[in-house]
Amino acid sequence: MTTEKSFETREFKTVTEVSGPLLFVDLHEKGGVSYGEIAEIETVTGERRKGQVLDVSNKLAILQVFEGTSGLETENTSVRFLGKTMEIGVSKDMLGRIFNGRGELIDGGGSIIPEKILDITGSPINPSARQYPKEFIQTGISTIDTLLTLVRGQKLPLFSGSGLPHNMLAAQIARQAKVLKAEEEFAVVFVAMGITADEARFFREDFEATGALERAVLFLNLADDPAIERILTPRLALTTAEHLAFDHGYQVLVILTDITSYAESLREIAAARSEVPSRRGYPGYMYSDFSTIYERAGRIHGKEGSITQIPILTLPNYDITHPVPDLTGYITEGQIYVDVGLNRKGLYPPINPLPSLSRLMKDTIGKGSTRDDHKYVQDQLYALYATGRDLRDLVAVVGDESLTETDKQILKFAELFEDKFINQDYYENRTIFQSLDLGWELLSIFKDPYKVLKRIPAETIDKFHPEKRDQKVDFNSVDV
Amino acid sequence: MTSVAEQLGIIERISGPVVQASDMKGTKLYDVARVGEEKLVGEIIRLIDDVATIQVYESTEGLKPGEPVYPTHSPLSVELGPGILRQIFDGIQRPLPVIRQTTGDFITRGIEISGLDHKKLWDFNPTIKVGEKVMGGDILGEIPETPTVDFKLLVPPNIQGTLEFIAPRGDYTVDETAATIKTVNDQKVDLLFYHKWPVRQPRPFSSRLPPTIPLITGQRIFDTFAPIAKGGTGAIPGGFGTGKTVSQHQLAKWSDAKIVVYVGCGERGNEMTDVLREFPRLVDPYTGGPLMDRTVLIANTSNMPVAAREASVYTGITLAEFYRDMGYDVAMMADSTSRWAEALREISGRLEEMPGEESYPAYLSSKIAQYYERAGRVLTIGRNPREASITVVGAVSPPGGDFSEPVTQNTLRIVKVFWGLSKDLAARRHFPAIDYLLSYTLYWSSLEDYYSNTVNTEFPQLRAEALALLQKDKELQDIVALVGPDALPSSEKIILEIARMLKEDFLQQNAFHDVDSFCNMKKQYLMLKTILRYYDKARNLYQKGADVKEIFEHSSTISIARMKYIEQSEIETKITELITEIDGLTPRDFGVEEEY
Repeated sequence: MTTEKSFETREFKTVTEVSGPLLFVDLHEKGGVSYGEIAEIETVTGERRKGQVLDVSNKLAILQVFEGTSGLETENTSVRFLGKTMEIGVSKDMLGRIFNGRGELIDGGGSIIPEKILDITGSPINPSARQYPKEFIQTGISTIDTLLTLVRGQKLPLFSGSGLPHNMLAAQIARQAKVLKAEEEFAVVFVAMGITADEARFFREDFEATGALERAVLFLNLADDPAIERILTPRLALTTAEHLAFDHGYQVLVILTDITSYAESLREIAAARSEVPSRRGYPGYMYSDFSTIYERAGRIHGKEGSITQIPILTLPNYDITHPVPDLTGYITEGQIYVDVGLNRKGLYPPINPLPSLSRLMKDTIGKGSTRDDHKYVQDQLYALYATGRDLRDLVAVVGDESLTETDKQILKFAELFEDKFINQDYYENRTIFQSLDLGWELLSIFKDPYKVLKRIPAETIDKFHPEKRDQKVDFNSVDV
Repeated sequence: MTSVAEQLGIIERISGPVVQASDMKGTKLYDVARVGEEKLVGEIIRLIDDVATIQVYESTEGLKPGEPVYPTHSPLSVELGPGILRQIFDGIQRPLPVIRQTTGDFITRGIEISGLDHKKLWDFNPTIKVGEKVMGGDILGEIPETPTVDFKLLVPPNIQGTLEFIAPRGDYTVDETAATIKTVNDQKVDLLFYHKWPVRQPRPFSSRLPPTIPLITGQRIFDTFAPIAKGGTGAIPGGFGTGKTVSQHQLAKWSDAKIVVYVGCGERGNEMTDVLREFPRLVDPYTGGPLMDRTVLIANTSNMPVAAREASVYTGITLAEFYRDMGYDVAMMADSTSRWAEALREISGRLEEMPGEESYPAYLSSKIAQYYERAGRVLTIGRNPREASITVVGAVSPPGGDFSEPVTQNTLRIVKVFWGLSKDLAARRHFPAIDYLLSYTLYWSSLEDYYSNTVNTEFPQLRAEALALLQKDKELQDIVALVGPDALPSSEKIILEIARMLKEDFLQQNAFHDVDSFCNMKKQYLMLKTILRYYDKARNLYQKGADVKEIFEHSSTISIARMKYIEQSEIETKITELITEIDGLTPRDFGVEEEY
């Protein structure tokens, strides 16, 4: 729904060069074209495309063409500068609708009357206006809720790879995510960048089946859509999300998939402009560019709504040091690591808590928000699982004869932790209390809890340990 | 920046944050120019004939060739006066709360706001009399800027003469005349309560002093094993998730500096919010007041304009120098210098300069060196020179956690303290995840005397012993990884156990625990002493036949593990009790009949 209204238009038929995604226009020393301005490009056959000015002087404007440059020529192409930067008309009525990567409706429904026209670049949130995120979002997934708590206003990416069920995980989070307190208006903004039609259909059908589509806005740039358009898609979507969150008070969850495709589009433009490349050919400003997407998550003092982001990255060759996950990790507040090894074991969701992290959970969990044992249980589960994995490696080398009784129990704990705790059904929605109790059940396999559970204070063990509690939690009642 | 000049430039070309303008004759390099109808703030970074290349500190979207450029004929400067502390500025000293009042929750463009509040009244108390000879750096009077910090009104560096007028005690705005000085060539200069200083020009001092006093940080890994001197330079490189920012926050919170300048350079918005939320609540262990009273924050988050990010570290260090000149010890944290280097790279790329390593500009190393050289312990200028210092600690964010990349390497060539963060330790939740063997300090030899004299004469020796044990532990761990722990002789098992104590009970420090977050030197010394006392005892008990496993399962090891949670006020008595208990252990306690 990009707006077509223009103020002052100047038309040029002087394309001098078409190269890669770029178009060079001779301005005849007339100038008047502004940096970042949007232009409409009309081909000889009357087809219209959109472009944006990347570099401009009085003589020359360089445009990136969102729909690609194939079929463009230097002779008969005309370029009309629209006198405005890229904008989107936003409205609450966008909920339940589907747009393409350029922000045009593609669901066949009627058009939407915008409440506001907004520049899609957005402006940085003033750090002194930000409210520190500390409201717990329950995703119903034990590993995330207990060990990697998602916080409202946080940006927490999924680091995944080819062949891993990150899409299912994202869809499950979108379906189950809720804040424990009052009923609040919740919305999902789904941004597809270069994913396949199958993947897009999966999300669409999942949203439809669960009724989530009514409170979702979808922006779809698919694998066969123009790559350069991907530069626009997340910005259109986040501008919409900001409108829903900060003008209408929605709690917005933005799912961005796949950031790796987005980064490749950035690289393509940088290469076409013959910029000096940084690591692996990606442009040196990729960090700054990513930040203009990720930093649009957050909460603002005095505003009801919030923007929480779950970007999805497919790590090339599962390599966490690749520039895309690396630069992402420096901006986002943690990461959820979807693990090949756990996936091979047939576990779903294959989240490995050890390399994962949620930076904002320390202020979020505990009394008044989740439960007072949360901090200790997560610390203990993490520590024991880490030790269990180390022991597994040791046993693989030297055998289990030299292990102490406690070590053997820890090994067993690691197995149980994977099977019962990490593993859960795609439709299983566990409350945080169920997850914590499940954790306690696993911790109760240790015969001497005060000695093994070093990270839990004795009084917390007394209060929550299943064998010490008046009201016992039946392990079998938890649906695993 | 008042003079809207007679001659205006004209924008010729715009490419991202870089703008070229013609008709700019008469301007100087690093002059500020206001670009376009919206008067965006920019700085001239190249001049060829009458064409100036300007880096713009705000988003350039919507600028057109042909729009005017207004030269200001003055370099990028900050306002130095009372009201800097407790404030949060953007990269070019615009107070963010004021921006919010003016333009709302999002930062828009073309905002012109001065760094200081020109309406606020300050209680000035002169400390000098008319007729005295004064020179740059002399103190004219004091203003209680915050309950814990007295602002000293200084004669700006380049002025000298006889005091003709000094404002009497009273309330003044910064725009009023504080003093009048008659210079040697009979000119009268009116001094206000603030002056301007260009950020790229270091403020003068009279001489450098040797780095013989440590900056106590309350962090055991830093103070005991790799201390930094007041006036020293240090770097904390580490991949994401290893705890760079938490370490920087800890330094900002607990360092025994009088003033802390914290620059959030191209980092997360929520982290700055965290500081803003936490610092006013936290109590300064040295003064008892809120930490915010001695702190100034500069926040240029990653999504704010990249050129202002480049300027933010200079703005920060200039403010630090200003408080140094008053005679204070200042600590400056920059998180992260990699983002600053990336800003240099981005601008260099737009200028189409020949790239150096990893496409960073070839002048990267000299820029880093110049920046860290503004640190130091010095004798200030003025007739009564004061000893003061700026300690600079920069976080470095190496891509992929690889320390061989140019920013890390160029930084390590300059700084004297290296606190290397380890992904491996972070994954094992060993926090702070500083690699205790890889990290180093080059100040130890000049600080050793200080530790001997003020902490304890045996401290340097305890430290050396602990380091040797950790080193030995590393070698033994390599063997254990191959053959398992059972293959080691018991004497070496004792080393493994003591090293584990050093790591878990001494080096690991919980930044989020009320007591453990800050550990004074006395407590550090006593904790270290206790652990090493247990080492001696363990060897002794083992020789007399006690079982190694039982020695390290004894209840006193639990007391050792809890030492970190003892309040500083109780440490002396509790540790004395513990040491008495350890000294009293006999083989009998481990089921061995002693032979007499």
